[in-house]
Amino acid sequence: MTPDLPAILTRLHAALPTAAIAHLRNPSPSAQDSLLVAPESLVAVCQFLRNTADLDFDLLSNVTGVDWPEPAKADAVAVPPEGTTPPACGFLEVVYHLYSTSLRIGPLVLRTRTTDRAEQVHIPSVVAVYRSAEYQEREIFDLFGVRFTGHPDLRRILMWDEFLDHPMRKDYVAPDDYQYEPTPHDAVLEKTKKHYPARVEI
Amino acid sequence: MISNPSMPPAASPASKPELDEDQLLHVSLGPQHPSTHGVFRMNVVLDGETVVSLKPVFGYLHRNHEKIAEGVTYLSSMPFTDRLDYICPLTNNWAYAQAVEKLAGIEVPERAEYIRIITAELTRLINHTAFVGFFLGDMGAWGSALMYAFREREKILDLFEDLTGARMMSNFMRFGGCRNDLPDGWAARASVLVDEFPRFLDELENLITGNEILIARTQNIGALPKETLINGGITGPMLRAAGVAYDIRKAEPYGIYDRFKFRIPLGTTGDCYDRLMIRFLELRESLAILRQALDQLPAGAYIHPKAKIRNFKPPVGEAYARFESPKGELGFHLISNGTANPFRYRIRPPSFINLTLLEDMCLGLDLADVVLILGSVDIVLGEVDR
Repeated sequence: MTPDLPAILTRLHAALPTAAIAHLRNPSPSAQDSLLVAPESLVAVCQFLRNTADLDFDLLSNVTGVDWPEPAKADAVAVPPEGTTPPACGFLEVVYHLYSTSLRIGPLVLRTRTTDRAEQVHIPSVVAVYRSAEYQEREIFDLFGVRFTGHPDLRRILMWDEFLDHPMRKDYVAPDDYQYEPTPHDAVLEKTKKHYPARVEI
Repeated sequence: MISNPSMPPAASPASKPELDEDQLLHVSLGPQHPSTHGVFRMNVVLDGETVVSLKPVFGYLHRNHEKIAEGVTYLSSMPFTDRLDYICPLTNNWAYAQAVEKLAGIEVPERAEYIRIITAELTRLINHTAFVGFFLGDMGAWGSALMYAFREREKILDLFEDLTGARMMSNFMRFGGCRNDLPDGWAARASVLVDEFPRFLDELENLITGNEILIARTQNIGALPKETLINGGITGPMLRAAGVAYDIRKAEPYGIYDRFKFRIPLGTTGDCYDRLMIRFLELRESLAILRQALDQLPAGAYIHPKAKIRNFKPPVGEAYARFESPKGELGFHLISNGTANPFRYRIRPPSFINLTLLEDMCLGLDLADVVLILGSVDIVLGEVDR
């Protein structure tokens, strides 16, 4: 059963008056609308959704990272309400799919966005509310470079520890040599270096 | 371990004695797991025989499937989904097709729904019997139980080969139906298999369930409270073994599961023994679904006549669809920007997320139990690492 988003939004506004939350429309036939939550309110929103008895969103099923170099494309997929100022630059987005196992409601789609794609890539971790986010947030950190503040163990998970860059970003350039390794051959290393822009590393 | 004051305590010992760092033993378990679960490594810290810390290490099979999928068309990812959980390619195919159908609003004809359910439940038979074999192997009964399981598995794989052209890499579902119709006589042969399968199941159950060693090894290990499991994102047989009645086939029926009569078996404690037994019970329910589906199988089209194979471009938007795969909740989150390639293609792999609580389950137990608990999670590394 799909959740009644306008009703949930009204209750969220009543419970958390300072939280910035917007209802984004999904133009696809799936009609899975989402709530855009400001990063600073994310944990409070998750706590409210999990701890309110008649909502009881106890299962965080999925966490997706998305890279949006062009913000206009993001607004086409998740359409903001009329009169919203469009974001100025590209950003990274994290999408959460929540379900209620007892009430059989879901998915409730939450999304939150970083300020940009370079320095301001911090989003609060929801691991303290939903443990299932632990490895998924690590994966998004690894592949997209979102820094989850408050995560208990934020390390690379799929790529090896010495790997630089974040391969799921849209502007990632694969190494010239598929035998690229943590200790590549000298010529390959030199060739590869020019693809890597100076980016803040772990 | 993560301290989370709002959650019930995990299975860790109530009072941890002060550990002498010099007396601890660091063991790197893997990357070749002794019972061939795949290339998976655990960094285990032992105090004597007792596990005091366990950190899984992933990524040995990582090929960034999600990135590859962004560079090819929607249909081109279909054969790649076979390689996720390579024990159960047909359920992966269906889960992906279902997500794309949701994204583009595609109808599926009646006969295709039946073919999908029949292949999916046959896949569940394969997965759960193979699970029993591997699990016994983890316990030291290496070979015999697995050979019994694989003997039956081969019979089902023969059916799959006739249907899809390949034993395992099926590439069978299409957006709006299936790739081809059932071959002549296929349904009758599947029907015979479904009739004969319970005899094998009785035999296997008789051989192992009362076994003293099995009971001594599996009972009272690996159990966690229900709330912790749900909070940790554990789904599928692992969750139901702990007594949570949550099966997506009932909770959010997809396909035509709401037409069939079947039960959701539940365990009580959620220990490794319950996890093994829940698979046996689910096998019998799958057989019940198969019996009904094969009896009702209608004639008609196996793919929607207007389904687009070439030049397929779903409308702008996103969709998340989840599926009760034999290992748990398999989800696909797709974002389309109107082109032929997905803008974002995300898999929610049940094996990967079911490992979240592995450390909590193993703390305070012996090293030998870790192998069993890992076996009871039922992972496939193709899906964990993607």
